[in-house]
Amino acid sequence: MIGYIARRIVFGAVVLLGTSIITFLIAFVIPADPAVAMAGAKANPQTLATIRHELGLDEPVYVQYARYLDRAIHGDLGRSYIRRERVTTLIVERFPATAVLAIAAMALSLAIGVALGLVAAAWNGRAPDHLLLIVSLAFVSMPVFWLGTILLIVVGLDLRLFPLCGFDGWSSLVLPTVTLSLGSGAYYSRILHTNLTAAMEQDYVRAAIAKGLSRRSAMMRHALANALLPLATLAGLDLAGLLSGVVLTETVFNWPGIGRLAYEAVFNLDIPLIMGTVLFSALLIVLANLAVDLVYLWLDPRIRLGNAR
Amino acid sequence: MTPRLNRFETIGALMVLSLVIVAIFAPILAPYNPTRAVAPTFGNPAPPSAAFPLGTDELGRDVLSRIIFGARISLIVGVSAVAVELLIGVAIGLAAGFFGGSIDFILMRFTDVMLTLPGLLLAMALVTVLRPSLLSILLVIGLVSWTGVARVVRAEALSVRGRDFVVAAQALGAPARRMIIRHVLPNLLPIIVVMAALGTSGTLLLDAGLSFLGLGVPPPTPSWGRMIEEATIYFRTAPWLATFPGIAIFYAVMSFNLLGYGFLRRRPQ
Repeated sequence: MIGYIARRIVFGAVVLLGTSIITFLIAFVIPADPAVAMAGAKANPQTLATIRHELGLDEPVYVQYARYLDRAIHGDLGRSYIRRERVTTLIVERFPATAVLAIAAMALSLAIGVALGLVAAAWNGRAPDHLLLIVSLAFVSMPVFWLGTILLIVVGLDLRLFPLCGFDGWSSLVLPTVTLSLGSGAYYSRILHTNLTAAMEQDYVRAAIAKGLSRRSAMMRHALANALLPLATLAGLDLAGLLSGVVLTETVFNWPGIGRLAYEAVFNLDIPLIMGTVLFSALLIVLANLAVDLVYLWLDPRIRLGNAR
Repeated sequence: MTPRLNRFETIGALMVLSLVIVAIFAPILAPYNPTRAVAPTFGNPAPPSAAFPLGTDELGRDVLSRIIFGARISLIVGVSAVAVELLIGVAIGLAAGFFGGSIDFILMRFTDVMLTLPGLLLAMALVTVLRPSLLSILLVIGLVSWTGVARVVRAEALSVRGRDFVVAAQALGAPARRMIIRHVLPNLLPIIVVMAALGTSGTLLLDAGLSFLGLGVPPPTPSWGRMIEEATIYFRTAPWLATFPGIAIFYAVMSFNLLGYGFLRRRPQ
């Protein structure tokens, strides 16, 4: 088991290393000159050369990469060219707003997914199931930024229930959370429906029903636990995605999170900030993968008892 | 495999067909020139009326005509980006699943790395660097979307690889190229078709998202995503401006989702 955990950690580290190389190469080919970005277009060549030397931009790629990696491992992602602040400081500053939104959205998505998934599976193949399938396909097909705008129009304008934009108090959380949750909740419900109906055909569930348990109790007590496992994987990875910032939803609601930060970074070609937000996102995904693996270890005895590969 | 279309495939195919017709015959179907001011407005969007069924924007351009012409860009980008996505994903997944061993290991670790990169953010950065154009957008969308395809194709290729007829072909001395083209690839076609349909809904959404962020095909070419972005400042006074282009995106994405879901139902669970 320890060997299994160790392998997962090494695997995660290797993936992160690969991510840092690709991110660095992309940043390297970006034709924006950081020295010009810092000193302005009218700076004299001498100043530009000095800045380049200070940033180490006059050295070979692999030297630059080694230095970048060394700093990154020590928690230093460089300074934003435009804001002149540390990238890590900027990310830490924006993280709470994003985290609150991400956790709320995940909670609501799971609530919607589990509730609708159970209903669809209980009425499998009948009218409620078909209706929920169409509704789910519809929500999955909606562009999130449009859904957000429509919510602003309907709720914000006509009913004046919630503050429209920005982060001020808990009620401002409602609209962006709903915007993010409808699509993923609908998606989760279909995944759960598939898993549940498959689990209901398994011998252990049929045995429980044969012993006199009602279908409903068999589903809730026996099938649900197993059907939730794959959903946990999905939710773990999605949560990591949400935590690394949601550009479109944050743009619609003017939410001061990491998504907006990344958006500004891209538009200003602020390379350290772009690389920082991308790496931060990759780190979260790798950690989420690791967490999901560990949760599986705990939930699924088959892995714990030696079948682990 | 039944030759008859199921309900999802029928509805999805009809919806896709309607989109294609609208895109092809846009100049005939659109009541006005989509890039010209055709209504006398003074900086104010006009609500839907008999002359302008979906209203006009703040520059006096007809919203219906812009949506009709917008179908062209959306379809071209969505479908071509899926072609790029499938080309990369199938090549990598097929090579990994068929050859196995260290080729599989290297290609799949590369896929794992690409999977950790945030797709939209990466696409934004690449499009910004390459400058937004039809070609750059569809290439970038394909470039950030292929990982899922590669994983599915690899799993499928792995299972086909172990089937008797492929093993027999190998025993008879068939070269790898022949085995891939004659035996493995044809058996991958059904899953590739499913992913083409579902993938198009994904590329359409990504394209719409990029143009909402101002990284779409540059103006004056009408694009649905940018129409919504331009409409956001009028969401209080002219809500129809953001509503109708969104319905167009929703319709297009839904049509490909229905089609893909219909294809998916043909496969044994």
